[in-house]
Order: sequence, then structure tokens, then C-alpha cells
Amino acid sequence: MSGNIQLLNDTLAAAKAEGRAALIAYLPAGFPTVDGGIAAVKAALDGGADVVEVGLPHSDPVLDGPVIQTADDIALRGGVRIADVMRTVREAHAATGRPILVMTYWNPIDRYGVERFTAELAEAGGAGCILPDLPVQESALWREHADKHGLATVFVVAPSSKDERLAEITAVGSGFVYAASLMGVTGTRESVSSQAEDLVRRTRATTATPVCVGLGVSTPAQAAEVAGFADGVIVGSAFVKRMLDADDDTAAVEAVRTLAGELARGVRGQV
Amino acid sequence: MPSTFFVPDPEGQVPSAEGYFGAFGGKFIPEALVAAVDQVAVEYDKAKQDPEFARELDDLLADYTGRPSALTEVPRFAEHAGGARVFLKREDLNHTGSHKINNVLGQALLTKRMGKTRVIAETGAGQHGVATATACALFGLDCTIYMGEIDTRRQALNVARMRMLGAEVIAVKSGSRTLKDAINEAFRDWVANVDHTHYLFGTVAGPHPFPAMVRDFHRVIGVEARRQLLERAGRLPDAAVACVGGGSNAIGLFHAFIPDEGVRLIGCEPAGHGVETGEHAATLTAGEPGILHGSRSYVLQDDEGQITEPYSISAGLDYPGIGPEHAYLKDSGRGEYRAVTDDAAMQALRLLSRTEGIIPAIESAHALAGALEVGKELGKDGLIVVNLSGRGDKDMDTAARYFGLYDTDAEVAADEAGSTAEIEGDAK
Repeated sequence: MSGNIQLLNDTLAAAKAEGRAALIAYLPAGFPTVDGGIAAVKAALDGGADVVEVGLPHSDPVLDGPVIQTADDIALRGGVRIADVMRTVREAHAATGRPILVMTYWNPIDRYGVERFTAELAEAGGAGCILPDLPVQESALWREHADKHGLATVFVVAPSSKDERLAEITAVGSGFVYAASLMGVTGTRESVSSQAEDLVRRTRATTATPVCVGLGVSTPAQAAEVAGFADGVIVGSAFVKRMLDADDDTAAVEAVRTLAGELARGVRGQV
Repeated sequence: MPSTFFVPDPEGQVPSAEGYFGAFGGKFIPEALVAAVDQVAVEYDKAKQDPEFARELDDLLADYTGRPSALTEVPRFAEHAGGARVFLKREDLNHTGSHKINNVLGQALLTKRMGKTRVIAETGAGQHGVATATACALFGLDCTIYMGEIDTRRQALNVARMRMLGAEVIAVKSGSRTLKDAINEAFRDWVANVDHTHYLFGTVAGPHPFPAMVRDFHRVIGVEARRQLLERAGRLPDAAVACVGGGSNAIGLFHAFIPDEGVRLIGCEPAGHGVETGEHAATLTAGEPGILHGSRSYVLQDDEGQITEPYSISAGLDYPGIGPEHAYLKDSGRGEYRAVTDDAAMQALRLLSRTEGIIPAIESAHALAGALEVGKELGKDGLIVVNLSGRGDKDMDTAARYFGLYDTDAEVAADEAGSTAEIEGDAK
């Protein structure tokens, strides 16, 4: 069974056809529980997210700030396994028909087995993967298996990426390009870095693949601002923070639905 | 004039251009760090070719560090090692008290060449942190040291030393609150501040070029030891023995001996309470290949690639990874790695103190315990060189509690002072 890279491409194209940026939400699997995480992913999609990135929690999330670290800790202490991540992808995709990606670090996949992981993710209905610590030079094995199973390989680019390197990355990436809005780890920020727009411009010069912006985007106003120059807006820590702040699991799911709705209006310029 | 102390790998065969030692190494880093890590590689390559860099580093190693370090024969200790001759390479006598200064001075010079004004580093036992804070004081660089919260307690003396030297010490409270988590936090800082900050990595792990570069800065240990042994003993040793956490002092001792096939290279990993108990940090003995902190090597992990929490009485060895060149030496059979328990290390620490008047770091005591075994295996014709990588002052609270050396009143006072070193295992 082939993965849903085409569904991802179509979804991003449809948003563009509507004259707006796509909304991409990030939520960790297994947080606060496996079922609670699945409910949160569905709520994000119901609320207005076009795409969800499901986090596969890792013991050593070096690119994540304190909010996602806390969620990962809770998920890992709860015993989340890769099978639970696959179930999250499967159930969220089956219930909504939307594209679901996995975002994680390279070691869990390396250890699990690249062929096994890509085959299972495709079978679960997944659309692709974002692996922020797997740079393009080390990615050949991953891409071979992702291509075989119809999964997108979304690479991250950073403000520090030089133009020639952007070209190297976008030449082999697929789905979309994840443009990190600033130099730093995940987490909410007061304002969107001015580096983001420049990075999107430089990235677009190398590829027709959609360029979506993440890191530090948390409010509808920021989403609207980013939607003015990017093909998609990626929000993670703001969702997780609302879940951490919620009184109980039901309230956490509703908080996700509400924020997704606010951000969905943001990417449509309705702030 | 050829460089006396800075002697990069003359073989030039490993690692590959991509930073691989066989199947191990590489560069598994976020895109935001690619430019900075590439800059380190380019600047280091330039520095290696530049006689002025070698001269500056040589002068520092001679006049500031105090190189060459002594080679001390320890006959009273050796009586307990099957009668083999045992020599200690005295890296504990370097300025700041360990081998770490060799690498730190090299990278501090490189930091200046790159025009960066701030240095960050991780530290476990505090020896790398102290060395880094020292170099930053010397060169006028801003310095921030990340240290696991557990380690700030069991190595409180070194925390005070770093602060005295003007460094900011940040106690890391995430994960296992030890060395691994300090490295995670340093990486997070680096990603955010990379334009003016150099990550002065303290061991032969991390992304390329760190494993090769840090090794080159420590090669002097083995280069000196080899020459000193030929002068003193008239022959090469049967075994070179060192402790391995990340593996920097071990690769420093081993590297010059790699072409000498008759010299066994023996790394001593921390077995903690025993490898069979699961409470250990014996990465090559019990780990599996994986990726941690930027390179592929052996790591302690579960079946789904989550890194497991290591344990050792020694803060400097309490790490679930290992430098990729050690993984390569293990798999190629050139290196041998064995595990040494907390108890064996502590007994060796006391033995060296009482037979030779040298108090070693608990890290280095793992190598001494390994040497006691190797000596018995070799017998009285054996010749062993051990890297005494650091001195034991920083470990006196841990050792005093382990051996019950405090008077009861003093122990109470120490507890009240909050220096609650976490000692597990039976006090002897």
C-alpha cells in the first residue's frame, strides 16, 4: 500500500487555489495519553487544520524547547511506542481523510528499521516524515524507502542555509519545505522573525514545492502575517501549551479545536 | 620547526571526508547548525596547515599547561598488578588537573580565528567545564557551561572553580540530569546563538569534525607516552589502558599506538553497579549502534531507539554514548573494551593513593582497575601504560562518603552545607 504523498500535495495545492496558506498543526503522539493524543489530532483537523504532524516522542529532543520536551516526557513516561504513533496516524487519517505526517528524530527510525517504519507508516495512511536531525547528506537511505512507499520527505531549512545549500535540499525534498522562521528551538515567540520572509523568498527561488514556515508561530495574528508570504503556517508549541494548561483531557482537546479554528481564520486573513 | 605538541593524525586515513570511521561518525545535525559545523571544519583544516597556529598552541601547551606531562612508574601499585611494570601518563599534572585542557586550548584558539566571542560547553565531572572556563578567562571570551543538576551536586568543587573563573554555570534539570542532558541543552543554546557562539565540545563524539579534531588535540598524550616509554623502558608497552566515557583521553593515548600492532589498546568503561544490573554506562559492552548527539556510534538505547539513562559513580563517564572512532576500533578488533564496576574503580583509587601518594580522579581510577586486571593477565614481564587522565581533588566528597572518611560531625556538617553527593552502593 502506498503512502499519501499525493494527498498532501493536493491539500497544499487546494489551499493555494483558495488564495490562502495552509494550516499545519503539530501534536505529539501519546500526549497526554495515546487516545487523548488521537482525540487532539482529530480536534485540530476538525477545528480547521489542513495537515497534522504527529510527533514521535524522543528521549533526547535537542531541537525542542521546554513545552514540547514536557509533552514528550509525559508521553514517554506513559509508555508510548511506535505502534501507538502508527495507530494515531491511522485513526486520525481514517476519521478525517486528511494528510498526516510524522515528525521525529532519526534514531528511533534507524533503530526500528527504515523499511519497517516506512512500510508501516504508508500502511497506516501516513503522508510523509519530517526528520530535523537528518540532513540531506545523510538522507539517501531514508529517501530510498520513503520514495518506495509513497511518503514525502520534508526537509527543514534555516535562516543560516546558504542559497546553494537550499538548492541541494529542495532538489531532493518533497511534500513541502519546512522553513524555520528563526535560529532556535521550538517554542512560542512574541513576534515572527524578519528572517522568515527572506528565507521563504530564497527557498522559492530554488523550487516550486510549497514553503511552509514554522518555529515560534503561535497566534492568529502571527499566522496571518506568515500567511502573507508563505504557503503554509506550522504551529506546534502553542497547541501543546494550551493542552498542558487545560484542566483535564476533555478541556485539552477542546482547547486544540478552538486554537485550530482561530489559526484557520488567521491563515485566511480573518484576524 | 615541526610542532612539538600539536601533532594531527599523520595517517590521514580516517575519518573519510564525510566524517566516517568505517560505519561510524557522520554529521546528524539540524540544518541550523550545518553552516556553523562546516565553518569549524574549514577553519580547523586551515589551522592544521598553518605553522602559526601550531606555534601558538605549542607555546600554550608548554608554558601554560606544562607539557610534556610526566611519565611516572608506580612499582608499589604494580605489585598488585601481577608484578607487571606500570607507568602512568600524568595528565593529572596539567594545568586545571586533567587532559581536557589540551583540546580546550586548541578549540579556544580556533574560536578566536572564527571571530566568535562566546563559548558554550557541556561538562560531566566538571573537568572540561573548568578547562573551558580557564581558556575563556585567558582569551577574554564569554563562557557558559551546561552541567547536569546531579553532577553540579556531586562535583560541587568544580562548579565553584568555574564560577571563580568567571563562567556562568547552568544546572540542567531535564532528562537524567547528567552529561547527556547537558549536551542536549548546549545544542539548544548553540542553535539559537550560533552566529557569535562556538560550542567547545569536550569529547571525541558529536558531529564531524569534532571526533577527529578533538582527537588531534589530544594525540599529544600518546605521542609523548610512546617516546617516554621507549626512553625509559626501552620498548613499547604491551598494553595502553585508559578509561572511556565519551572517549577523549583514551583516543588521545591510543592514537599514536594504533600502528604498533603489538600494543593492545584497552578501554575501561563504567560498569556502575554491574552491567548485569542495568545500572551502568558501558556503551560499547552493552550498547547497540545508533545516533546520539550528531554521530552514529554505539549508544545505550531501548528497542525503539529511546536513549536509556546511564549510571556511573563517576560523573565524567556517566554517558550513554561513545566517540565513533572507539566504535570503529572495537568493531575492527584493534581496540578492546572491558567494563569496570564502581567498586573496582574505588578500590583502585584508594590503592594508588596509598601505594604511590597519587589521588586519581574516579574516572581515571576505572583505568587503574583495568590495569590491575591486565597486569595479572600479562604477568611480571608485562609493561603497561595507563592514562591518569585527571586528579582526584574534585572527587574527595564522593570518596570520603564511599570509604567513610568523614568524622561523624564533619559528615553532618557536610550534609547541612548541602553538598549531598549522591552515593549509591555500599560504603566501604
